[in-house]
This record gives sequence, C-alpha cells and structure tokens, in this order.
Amino acid sequence: MREVAIIGVGMTKFGELWDTPLRDLFATAAAECLEDAGVEREKVQSAYIGCMSGGLFVGQEHLASMLTDYAGLKGISATRVESACASGGAAFRAAWMEVASGMSDFVLAGGVEKMNDGADATYCLATAADQEYEVYNGVTFPGLYAMIANAHMEKYGTTPQMLAQVAVKNHANGALNPKAQFQMKITQDTVLGAVRVAEPLGLFDCSPVTDGAACVLLAPVEVAKKLGKPIVKVIGAGHATDTIALHDREDLAAIPAVGEAARRAYEMAGVGPDDIDVAEVHDCFTIAEIVCSEELGFFERGKAGQAALDGVTALDGAKPINTSGGLKSKGHPVGASGIAQICELTLQLTGRAGERQLKKKPRIALAQNMGGSGGSCTVHILEVEQ
Amino acid sequence: MITPRYHREIPQRYRLEGGKCTQCGEVHFPPRAVCRKCGGREMETVDLPRRGKVLTHTTIWIPPAQFESQKPYVVAVVELENGVRLTCMVADAPPDEVKIGTEVEIIFRKLQSDPRWEVLQYGYKAKVVG
Amino acid sequence: MIGIVGYGSYVPRYRIKADDIANQWGADAESFKKGLLLEEKTVPGPDEDTITISVAAGRDALKRAGIDPKEIGSCYIGSESHPYAVKPSGTIVIEALGIGPEVHVADFEFACKAGTEAMYVAYSHVKSGEMKYALGIGADTSQGAPGDALEYTASAGGSAFIMGKEKVAAEILHTYSYTSDTPDFWRREGEFYPRHAGRFTGEPAYFEHVLSSARGILELSGLKPEDFRFAVFHMPNGKFPLRAGKALGFKKEQLEQGWVVNLMGNTYSGSSPTGLASCLDVAKPGDLMLITSFGSGAGSDSFILRATDRLPEIQGLAPKVRDQLADRRIHLDYGKYVAYRGKIRMNEI
Repeated sequence: MREVAIIGVGMTKFGELWDTPLRDLFATAAAECLEDAGVEREKVQSAYIGCMSGGLFVGQEHLASMLTDYAGLKGISATRVESACASGGAAFRAAWMEVASGMSDFVLAGGVEKMNDGADATYCLATAADQEYEVYNGVTFPGLYAMIANAHMEKYGTTPQMLAQVAVKNHANGALNPKAQFQMKITQDTVLGAVRVAEPLGLFDCSPVTDGAACVLLAPVEVAKKLGKPIVKVIGAGHATDTIALHDREDLAAIPAVGEAARRAYEMAGVGPDDIDVAEVHDCFTIAEIVCSEELGFFERGKAGQAALDGVTALDGAKPINTSGGLKSKGHPVGASGIAQICELTLQLTGRAGERQLKKKPRIALAQNMGGSGGSCTVHILEVEQ
Repeated sequence: MITPRYHREIPQRYRLEGGKCTQCGEVHFPPRAVCRKCGGREMETVDLPRRGKVLTHTTIWIPPAQFESQKPYVVAVVELENGVRLTCMVADAPPDEVKIGTEVEIIFRKLQSDPRWEVLQYGYKAKVVG
Repeated sequence: MIGIVGYGSYVPRYRIKADDIANQWGADAESFKKGLLLEEKTVPGPDEDTITISVAAGRDALKRAGIDPKEIGSCYIGSESHPYAVKPSGTIVIEALGIGPEVHVADFEFACKAGTEAMYVAYSHVKSGEMKYALGIGADTSQGAPGDALEYTASAGGSAFIMGKEKVAAEILHTYSYTSDTPDFWRREGEFYPRHAGRFTGEPAYFEHVLSSARGILELSGLKPEDFRFAVFHMPNGKFPLRAGKALGFKKEQLEQGWVVNLMGNTYSGSSPTGLASCLDVAKPGDLMLITSFGSGAGSDSFILRATDRLPEIQGLAPKVRDQLADRRIHLDYGKYVAYRGKIRMNEI
C-alpha cells in the first residue's frame, strides 16, 4: 500500500443556503479544493462522493454523474457513497483505498447534502434507522440518541449540564469559524431552557438541518512531495458496522461501532488515544460527543461528560474536540460532515485554522464520523510531517 | 403505497411472531432468513412473550408528520421476558410514568393513520402494567 | 348447554367530565348531569378505534375462555364506528387474535345494537352445530356533534364474548328480538356526526323496543323480574335504563352492577354488552341475568343467561369492568378531547 496525503481542502459555507442547489454546492467545494491543492481538474482521475439521501431531500439520485459534471470533472470515474451520516467518512475511505492501492494518483473525496429544500428533514433522517422496527413505531433520530442519553445518565450519572456544556463549547468554537452555520456563543441556560425535542435532548442538544458540501483531494505522498505541499498523511483508517437498530445492541449506553473503528485505526497508525492532539468527533447530538469520546478512548466510560464540564475538550483544553464548532455549531449537512471534519483537521495540522487555530500546533489528529444511531462508523487518523 | 410491505409484516406487527433457529434455538425479532448466531437457515415461528421491562426511553416532542396527532409520546426500548428486545411507543403514558425498569405489557394499537387515503397502520405498543 | 365460554371488556384510560363539556358550550352542567345521570365518559386515545378496542376485549375473552383461537369458527364485530368506510374491521381483529384463516368474518352495524347482534349470530352458529366456538364483539368510538346532548354521552369501549358448547361459564337460556322501522337516530353516508329526533328517541323508540323485548323474553321464559340477580338495559344515558328497569318491575340492586353509564358514558354497540360483562365479573353459579340492548332505527335483542360453576374460575383471569373504570384515569380538557376525537379540521399531510 502506498502512503496517502491530503493535498487540498475545500468547503462551502454551511447553513440554510436557499439560493444554492445541490449540484452547485458540490461544484463550489470541489473547485475550492482543487484551487487549494493547486492541481488542474484534468488531473483528477476519480471521485467518491458521500451523500445520504439526495433522493429524499431533493428527489435526485444518480448523483455521481451529475455532481462531477457540474464540478467540471465530466467523464471521470465517479461513485456516490452512502452510509447515512457516515457517508462522507465512507467516501473518504474509498478514495484513500484507491490511491493507496496504486490505482490512481489524484482522487477527490467529497460530501454533500441539500437538506433545506422543502422535504420533512425529520422523516428523511429517520430513514437511517430501521424503518420497519424503529421508525414505524414512532422513534425519531433525536429520539434514538435521547434513549442512549437516558441509558448513559442512568448508568454513569451523566447530567443535562454535562450535555449542555458540549453545545456551549462547540458553539464557542463555531463562533470563530467563518464557514459555520451558527457563529454565536451560547450559555448553559440557552441549552437547558430550549424547546424540548426528545427528552432529555432539547433543540440546542441537536445539530441543525444544513446545506453544504466539502471536498479533499488525495494523492500519494511521493506525488505530494513533488508538489511542494505540507504533507498531511493518512496514517490510520478504521471502519466498522453494527446492527442498524439500537435495541439490538447489548449496552445502550455505548456505541460499539465507534470503539471498533477506532481500534482498527489506532492499530494501523501505531498510535493510541493519548497521542491524538485534536479530534473532530461526530456530535450530531451532545450525548454523541460524550459517548464517542469514551469509545475513542479519550476518557474512561462515564467520564467524558465531566471532562466537558472541566474544559478538557475546549479549544484551550488538554484534548480539544471539535475545534470547527462540530456538527452542532458548524452545521451537519449529513453527507458532507465526514469530509468537513477532514478539512478542519487538515487546516489545524497545517496551521491554517485562523482564529480557532490551536495555540500548540497539533501533529496527530483524529476524525470520527458515524452513521445512524451507530450502525456504521469511520475513524481516520492524520499526521502532519514536520 | 405501503400495502405490500404492510401485509407482509402483519404477523410481527399484530401478533409479535418471531423466528427461532431450528439449529441453535436463537430467537429473532423480526424473523431472519439467516440465523445471526449460527448461520442456520431453517426457522420456526414462535410467539414472543408479551411482558417485559423498559431498558431506556424518551419522550418525543417533535415527531415526523404522521405521528403529530399523538405528541408528546413516550418511546422505549423494551426487553421481553425471553430477552428479545424491541422499540415501541408506550401508550396512554404520561412521561413521568415510564422509567428504566418499568414493567410493561405489549398491546395492539393504531400506529399511523395519515395520510387519509392510505390504509390504517396498526401494530404493537407497550402499556405500563398497573 | 350453549353459552358464554369467555368474555372480556376494554375501557380506555382517558375521560372527560360532563362539567367540562357543559362549560365549553355555556350549558348548565348540573342540569345535564342530573338529567343524564352521568359524571364523565370515556374517550379513546388518538391511537384507539373500534378495531383496537375489539382486539383488547377479544384477547381478554380468549384468556378467560382458555381455548385455541384457531377453534373459533366465526368472528363478528358490531359497531357504528368501523374505522373504514370500505374494508372490514373483523379481518384485522382475527389476525391480531390469531384466529383463522378458516373463519367466517363480518362487520355488523345497527346503531347501538350491533354488539348484541354479533353475539346473537355467534350464539346461533354454535347452537346450529356449525361451529365449536364463535366470537361476537360490540365496540365503538362513538361521535356526538359538538354541543349536542349526545356529546355528553357518546364514549368508547367494548366487550367480546366467545360462545360455545364446552367450558360454558354462562349458559344462554333464551333469546328474543323486537324490531320495527323507527327512525329516531341516523347518520347519512359522508356525514361526520349522527343526527337524532330529540324526544322522539324516548317513548316511541327506546322504551317501545326495550320494554317490548324484555317483556317478550320474560313471557317466553316464564321467569319473573324477582328471579334475576342482575338486569342490564342499553344505556344511552343514566336515566333511561333505570326507568325501563323500574317499569318492568326490577329493583335498583338488580340494575346497579350493570349500570356502568355514569362513569363510562354510552359506548353504543359496547354499552349493554359491557354492562353484562360487569355482571359476569361478580355473578355466582346459578345467578340469572337479563340483558336487553337497543339500537336506533330501531330494535332490541334480549338474552337470559345463567351463571355456571365455571364462571368464578374465570372471573379473575382478566381485568374486571369496574376495576378498569376506576384504574388510573386521565382526564382531558375539552381542547385535548376534541383533538383526540379528530373534531379539529387539520391540514392534510
């Protein structure tokens, strides 16, 4: 296998982009990515594009052809990848494998979702759960995570305040990210007093409904070196799946696919949780960041909530998580989120993260992207060559 | 039109029928073509017990459109007496009546009735055992 | 011996008080409560209808009968609120109860009499020897127009009875029916709420049929009111059944146990059957019971039953009617009530 580097990143503004259609979201992110890489579009051989549900959100399938055409990449090998909210991470993995295998030198990994186009987002997102045995019975996506939260609270004593602190922290980070959907700080009171969605989760415990796209360009390290780019290497890649239905998992206060994907990524990278300087963790709901941080080994089980309260995961903390603002504040265009995480970490590793740049420049970063209530998960570990 | 799928799932939705692997005895709900434990492919129909307890729960305040008329409502993961688990609403339950460990019984209710021109969709819910 | 092998009733958990309906429409609550002899009525949840009520009652009837559902040869559901305009309720009920597919199924409608109709036909099948067991159910989620006197009474609930020749818990000794074309209450196709002919629903309709039917079966049987432990008459309100009972010579003690209307309202097809179930809950072997239904349009069915030694054995196998009436009630305000009953015009999905 060849070593693979990320040589360019691009991302649209995230938010309610009423005037921008799906195709232009992707085209804009791809163009920005190629510009950042300094690679002409004729060089791109292949693309993998994560998108959870073009069919439901905008009534459009057969996306790979349309999106690459509108990005000026007509004719290349292109595949749309779907793994619910982990579609971006899964697209990244496929692109990484194509470069690592030696098949192609320049492969685009992208993700896009156009969620504000008139569809019932609650309904569309719920298709990532078991339609016949969860959704039919009235459960929603926030509802599934709310049930994980209640199980976690019962088992470990996690509190609503701990959940709220995750949102407060991620909004503080997002306020420094010009591409974030919400660039505003909030307080614990905002979160705890918000409209209830699914007990114990309120509106500010939930990531928003977002339009957006993100792309990264991958190339072999030796090719990247010739281009004179800073080398951000993919040193670990882990992917795991689990039952689609939450009720079929033994421990409802855990998300085992995350732990398993992390184990595989750590093993490939030859690093452990303590080596990670910065992480983007799939905080689709505040409880998700807490449980995933535990699964990733950053904290003991039941301790991630307290760590958030103690500021450990803040921008100036010992283990900064979601410097971008996370899904919570940056926004969560589901198919794009996994790629946007890689964009953020690449910026942090190369010292280009602007106002939210970590004081101590990180060397090793981890991106964790999850589908459904934890039915799929990808973990990627990146390292910048100093 | 949801009719073919609805009809196919009547044994599970109406009667809580599971599938038991004739090779290793693993009970699945819903029934599976291939046993998750041993890979066996021969299943026999079994009626699941109707009593169980709540493993975790939530109160849904913002539901999809087809459940709008029932909000707020409680949803729970229920473990039946034989260990089989399922997700269902808890009928007629004020939110504070349902806790982790609450004993429930599976009952038959109308789950969805919108849109108006579709068939009515019935199935199982839980009821707190008083 | 032919009779009831198992029975079950279902009472929804939700209620609305007569006071709240009266307050909503600027009516004098006390005079309505006094006139109707009714405190509150049951309200079906948004996820309940004639089918779910029938399944709940049917399941308890099966528990008490202790028989294999596959042995049931017919299933009849009497209701004036079948959820579908076209498509049977009974097919859903048999699938949920594990009955059939070798079974004869039909939905009946005869205003408030459809429940005893279902019982009557089920009983006749067993009597003729056509089948071993037969199931008859009366259930309703009845509607009354907002502000109409009917709104104080129209409620939800139902009862199910399995008829058979073996394992009989209450023998059916006699049946009798009395029917004429008397248009006191109706609902035309496409109309949402029923209409009624005011005081014409009383003497020419209810009392003419109930009293004639009860007198007919008493004469047929040679029994007198004092021979009975319990008597049940259809309960469109609290007053009518008590007046009918008194006119026939029954005493208050004979009427009270089956008189569930003050706490339950008029469950239409489920009304007198649920009154009977309440009597079966406490009857002792040898006790005689009379039940007379009434359906607008109009007609009455009467049954005379005698409890057997098996009845006490099955009474405790499922929840009793009066326990359900008392158990964990949730009172709705008028706004919530009309929302649950689908009386608010909503945008369609």
